[in-house]
Amino acid sequence: MMTTETLAASSDAGITPRSRVEDGPRGAKPRTLTLARVGVYAFLVLAALFFLMPLWVMVVTSLKAMPEIQLRNIFQFPQQITFEPWLKAWDTACTGRDCNGLKPGFLNSVKITLVGTTISIIIAALNGYALSFWRYKGANILFGLLVFGAFVPYQVVIYPLIIALRELGLFGTFPGIIIVHTIFGMPILTLLFRNFFASLPPELFKAARVDGAGFWQIFFQIMVPMAVPITIVGVILQVTGIWNDFLFGTVFAGRENMPMTVQLNNIVNTTTGVREYNVHMAATILTAAVPLAVYFISGKWFVRGIAAGAVKG
Amino acid sequence: MAQLATAKEDGAVHAASSPGRKPFRLSTLMSVLGTTPMIITAVGVFVICIIYSFVLSFTNSRIFPAFGADNFVGLEQYDRLWSTGRWLISVNNIWFFGLLSIVANMTAGYLLAVFMDQRIKQEDLFRSIFLYPFAMSLVITGLVWRWILDPNYGIQATVQGWGFEDFAFAPLVSSSTAIYGLVVAGIWNGVGVSMAIMLAGLRGIDGEIWKAAKIDGIPAWRTYLFIVLPMMRGAILTAFILQCVGVVRVYDLIVAMTQGGPGISTQMPAVFVIQHITDRSNVGLGMAAATMMLLPVVVLLALQAFAQWRANRVKESA
Repeated sequence: MMTTETLAASSDAGITPRSRVEDGPRGAKPRTLTLARVGVYAFLVLAALFFLMPLWVMVVTSLKAMPEIQLRNIFQFPQQITFEPWLKAWDTACTGRDCNGLKPGFLNSVKITLVGTTISIIIAALNGYALSFWRYKGANILFGLLVFGAFVPYQVVIYPLIIALRELGLFGTFPGIIIVHTIFGMPILTLLFRNFFASLPPELFKAARVDGAGFWQIFFQIMVPMAVPITIVGVILQVTGIWNDFLFGTVFAGRENMPMTVQLNNIVNTTTGVREYNVHMAATILTAAVPLAVYFISGKWFVRGIAAGAVKG
Repeated sequence: MAQLATAKEDGAVHAASSPGRKPFRLSTLMSVLGTTPMIITAVGVFVICIIYSFVLSFTNSRIFPAFGADNFVGLEQYDRLWSTGRWLISVNNIWFFGLLSIVANMTAGYLLAVFMDQRIKQEDLFRSIFLYPFAMSLVITGLVWRWILDPNYGIQATVQGWGFEDFAFAPLVSSSTAIYGLVVAGIWNGVGVSMAIMLAGLRGIDGEIWKAAKIDGIPAWRTYLFIVLPMMRGAILTAFILQCVGVVRVYDLIVAMTQGGPGISTQMPAVFVIQHITDRSNVGLGMAAATMMLLPVVVLLALQAFAQWRANRVKESA
């Protein structure tokens, strides 16, 4: 019951019933090797090459020494492989005066992502649960405001948030950046959980009520165990979202908690000294590694997360 | 015991299924308590903060918000905004960038989806390849493409090195072409998403349609273009909205790739606002710009709400 059907229904992206998708491709007919068939594969392979090219360039550049890069052949496999740029990117690359490489940024990003994801998922699950089963007066208005918030350009609320966090003494601190990620993750995650809980049979809830279970009891004993699949989608969405964030990191995190993306940009855009393209590319791959790992491990869940993230129009 | 609870709580169950009129009870309090963060976010951030920004746009605040009587300058900031070259270029750019990248993205996305729909082998592999860039942040996308488009070491230099001395492809160095570089990078990052959504839309079309089209002898490409495409409104709208939200928010890509340059040729509203509340310390002007960014969103949402309200009324009267 908790399989793809419920999920597809709950993701509410308005695309397709899952069962059809499992039918597999339909398309035109040809089964034998015709010219059209060759054309189809030629197109797809060319497209795939376009999409893979930057990854290839990143990897080969990061494995070359600078003299080889200056030979000006960006696609060529390194004649002599060196891991020096990787070590430098991780350990000693400079941003301004600090020369600690990416590792402090990596640790900051891990902390921010772990704590930020956990808190925003818990809050969103509670929101979705309350909005589905315990609607108090005004709850729907709040939900409407939240959905509206999903469309608001960040720039409109960033400055007031800076002022508010400064008043609270949280601007440029770890709790501050967590609060910001929680706020901006809330609209989509709440939508996700609300749609999921709303798709559950209401008898489930009523039976628990008859047995005398209250708000928290029903949440922890019945809803949380049922919500595992939607939680996975939410976690994927939020982990990649927070890890890849740049804007909030620049504005709210402060020097102490600077996430990896911000540090990467600082390393690459440091104007002093020789531009070490190999180090830059190694740093770029290191920063991309976590979301790429999430993507390749989660596979189809990731696609589902995107579809769910596509706020219903 | 269970019996007693039923009698006592019966009202609550009922109330939950018909919200609006119900007495105050402990469970309601718990529900409010449990959603406190949502209440604070919905009201505090998405109402109060927006109003705060809006009000600030009528003041001459510099670094800090200033609400004194003589700080209110009416529409002066909006006047200034629309006579600031940097802003006018930003607005031009966002339209150009937005239209070009949305059209290109959705066309390429649909094309890829159609090709993926041809009973191909290794569909999952191709899907992974088309979609993986989206997992990476726009900062990474921007940095990689800046390197690829580097005039001295990138594609241009490489192809020239192969003997094509006249080959020129380095859009980022010239202010008239830099925006195309941004579009290419943005498309590389986001096409996979449109492809995935539209492929799901294609698969959601009733098989009978295909049979009927085949019986009528309609060639496959015409079926895709004139019959199937109009039927996929949901998927197309989803992909479109996703693209729009992305375009309005485009910030990371520009910072990583061009920093708004060369000159101010790739400035965009999102960058403009951030610059004015940080380095340029002109909050009043920045908030006027932010308000202008919000305007199209509000208009679109209002239109959508109006359409829904009309549809509901028609349904009721019928």
